Amino acid sequence: MIQPLPSDLITVNVDGQDIAVPKGTNMIEAARLARVEVPHYCYHPKLTISGNCRMCLVEMGLPAVDPATKAPLMDPATGKQKINWMPRPTIACATNASPGLHIRTNTAAVQDCRNSVTEFLLINHPLDCPICDQAGECKLQEHSTAYGRGYSRFVEQKNVKPKRTQLGPRVTLDDERCILCSRCVRFSKEIAQDDVLGFIDRGSYSTLTCYPGKQLANNYSLNTVDLCPVGALTSTDFRFKMRVWFLKQTPSIDCESSVGANTEVWSREGVIYRITPRQNDAVNDTWMADSGRVLFKEVSAADRLSGATLNGAQVTQGKALQAAVDLLSGRGGRAESGAVKGVAVVSSGRSTVEEQFLTRKIADKLNATVALVSRVGVGDKILVSADRNPNIRGALVTGLIRALPEQKLTALGAAIDAGQIQVVLSMGEDLIAAGLTEAQQAKLAVIYLGTHQNATSAVASVVIPTLTVFEKAGTLVNQQFRLQKFARAVPGLAGVSDDLVTLSYLLNALGGTPLGATLGALWPVIAAEVKVLAHATYDTLPSTGLLLDSASWAGLPFVEGETLHFKPVAGPGVTS
Amino acid sequence: MAYVVERKPLTLAERLYLPQIFAGLRITLKHLFAPNVTLQYPEERPVIPSGYRGVPTLVRDPQGREKCVSCQLCEFVCPPKAIRITPGSVPADQPDRLHIEKAPQAFEIDMLRCIYCGLCQEVCPEEAIFLQNQYSLSGYTRAEMVNDKARLYELGGTLPDQHYKWDKKKAAAEHGNTH
Repeated sequence: MIQPLPSDLITVNVDGQDIAVPKGTNMIEAARLARVEVPHYCYHPKLTISGNCRMCLVEMGLPAVDPATKAPLMDPATGKQKINWMPRPTIACATNASPGLHIRTNTAAVQDCRNSVTEFLLINHPLDCPICDQAGECKLQEHSTAYGRGYSRFVEQKNVKPKRTQLGPRVTLDDERCILCSRCVRFSKEIAQDDVLGFIDRGSYSTLTCYPGKQLANNYSLNTVDLCPVGALTSTDFRFKMRVWFLKQTPSIDCESSVGANTEVWSREGVIYRITPRQNDAVNDTWMADSGRVLFKEVSAADRLSGATLNGAQVTQGKALQAAVDLLSGRGGRAESGAVKGVAVVSSGRSTVEEQFLTRKIADKLNATVALVSRVGVGDKILVSADRNPNIRGALVTGLIRALPEQKLTALGAAIDAGQIQVVLSMGEDLIAAGLTEAQQAKLAVIYLGTHQNATSAVASVVIPTLTVFEKAGTLVNQQFRLQKFARAVPGLAGVSDDLVTLSYLLNALGGTPLGATLGALWPVIAAEVKVLAHATYDTLPSTGLLLDSASWAGLPFVEGETLHFKPVAGPGVTS
Repeated sequence: MAYVVERKPLTLAERLYLPQIFAGLRITLKHLFAPNVTLQYPEERPVIPSGYRGVPTLVRDPQGREKCVSCQLCEFVCPPKAIRITPGSVPADQPDRLHIEKAPQAFEIDMLRCIYCGLCQEVCPEEAIFLQNQYSLSGYTRAEMVNDKARLYELGGTLPDQHYKWDKKKAAAEHGNTH
């Protein structure tokens, strides 16, 4: 990986234009800073340099000095220091900028190099762009348009190689398309720490393969598909599903853990086809875990809740909401009418900051106890952390909870057993899975606001369906206390209201101060009430997120260990 | 602004009236004996000129294999968005479809939307979609006017092929530079 750049700048000259770049920048990045594109295949800013594709050849020159005295040699014609141009081109990826370096990317010689490299790469290329999943986002396709000759001089027969090798459970290799850039090999070794890929054989027989007896099965295997500059590595799930130019990209957040990897959701006409990482150098670089890429399947899952129910019978949303209000305000339900009932809110670390804020308002209004369901798994030290709730910190920031949630809802269970709690408002949480017993749940009148069926929704008095993260917009606070926003990728299920609408209706009906049901209306209220969010609004939140002041929660024993771009603050409960 | 149109005064021949009558009768008589141009449609059908753009259809190659690889370029280029394709992959274990990886699962052309522009035929890299000679379509429902894949192949039939792409692929795999 590229080392962090030192802050001192040096001046280089790209195509006659002087530009200051950080010391240690390679020529591709220096040219990029000068807004000159140097075409490349094997170079990737987050991987080591291998320099094998030869596409980034440029001409390079250094200021001339007298060999003996080291005094600069001046050019009398221009009055400037002479430039010694190297007789041969150099690869821009593996050459770091030095003071006074001159780069020429637009000469006939450089053009000739690019044309020749392209012609060689296309000699054995199968040209199956019509069926290739990479078409439309393929570097070879782009550079062939720019530097290819448009016809082939190759009269011999092309190589024939296997077209659908399964490298792992999620990755299919089309060998004919591979240009042997070795990005996937370097990624597996350096980022995924699972060195299973390699090249075997020589010359045109060279083949990408797994080591014998191994598979590309790690949880980061699909990143190799993303960084493959051609269509050689394809996602088995997305293979032949949809051409990329039909898909709309929506910035989103990976909700599988508190890492909050930035993602791009690709959808067409309300159907999501794939999820890919979105670059955020402070969170996930350009990677994400495979497990986060299949989460969109929950949108059209068979067990999705599509309509409101009251005691198991389908009712209108309005009736269900009214029943929920009655239960919460102590006017109905299983306990004897008139008796003051204890209400608890089981909130979720999967809710957005805005939902958690409204949940807190509802809980405050009802004087309800608030519990939050903890989900602790094992972190993989890369981009899946131990805390599988994406937004525990959002609940802390909005004041929904003051301390970290207990592992099981034991306190709530005890309160139920003691008869203090009769009504529970569950924000999509399965109470049985969260640690209550069936007997305890049976004593409760549950209002369930969630997206999918589970043991709790099955017995809940009132079920109000809500939207998945792909169907709504909002913000989450990740493990770095970075406030990140996601946008709505696809329209919500017909007849299902936005979570904010449902929650603000409940709040209004319970007698709370009316708050907006949209992000635009809600954020000024949140910013006014929550100190660390004082200057945040949804619209102005940068796409890379906003780091919040986490000093108030520094002492809490968060469960996360170290992951990419995150080091836990040493606290009492931190285990690495 | 009003225009004043100067009208020429009538000539003597015009004022006589009869020359115009005879000129008209001459044209009538000419058409009375000229060959008939009216077609007794629908009993009689016109001869379709080559290059006619009729209903778009899908064609098979002379060996009966479908040529479409569902690249969706026609769907992309279609100005009225009449084409809908669901791509699908061809399993590797079909002996008659070896070397074919991708084929449409569903292919629909909404003939209520189609404007017969022929861009789909022009853009097709596999020469699989052709606007052929059929020009008359009718139906009782909207759904009837959507041609699905089976109907498109039924309308298209087989056209002579210049390339035999799959045969070439097979030959290359069997006798070519296999690695």
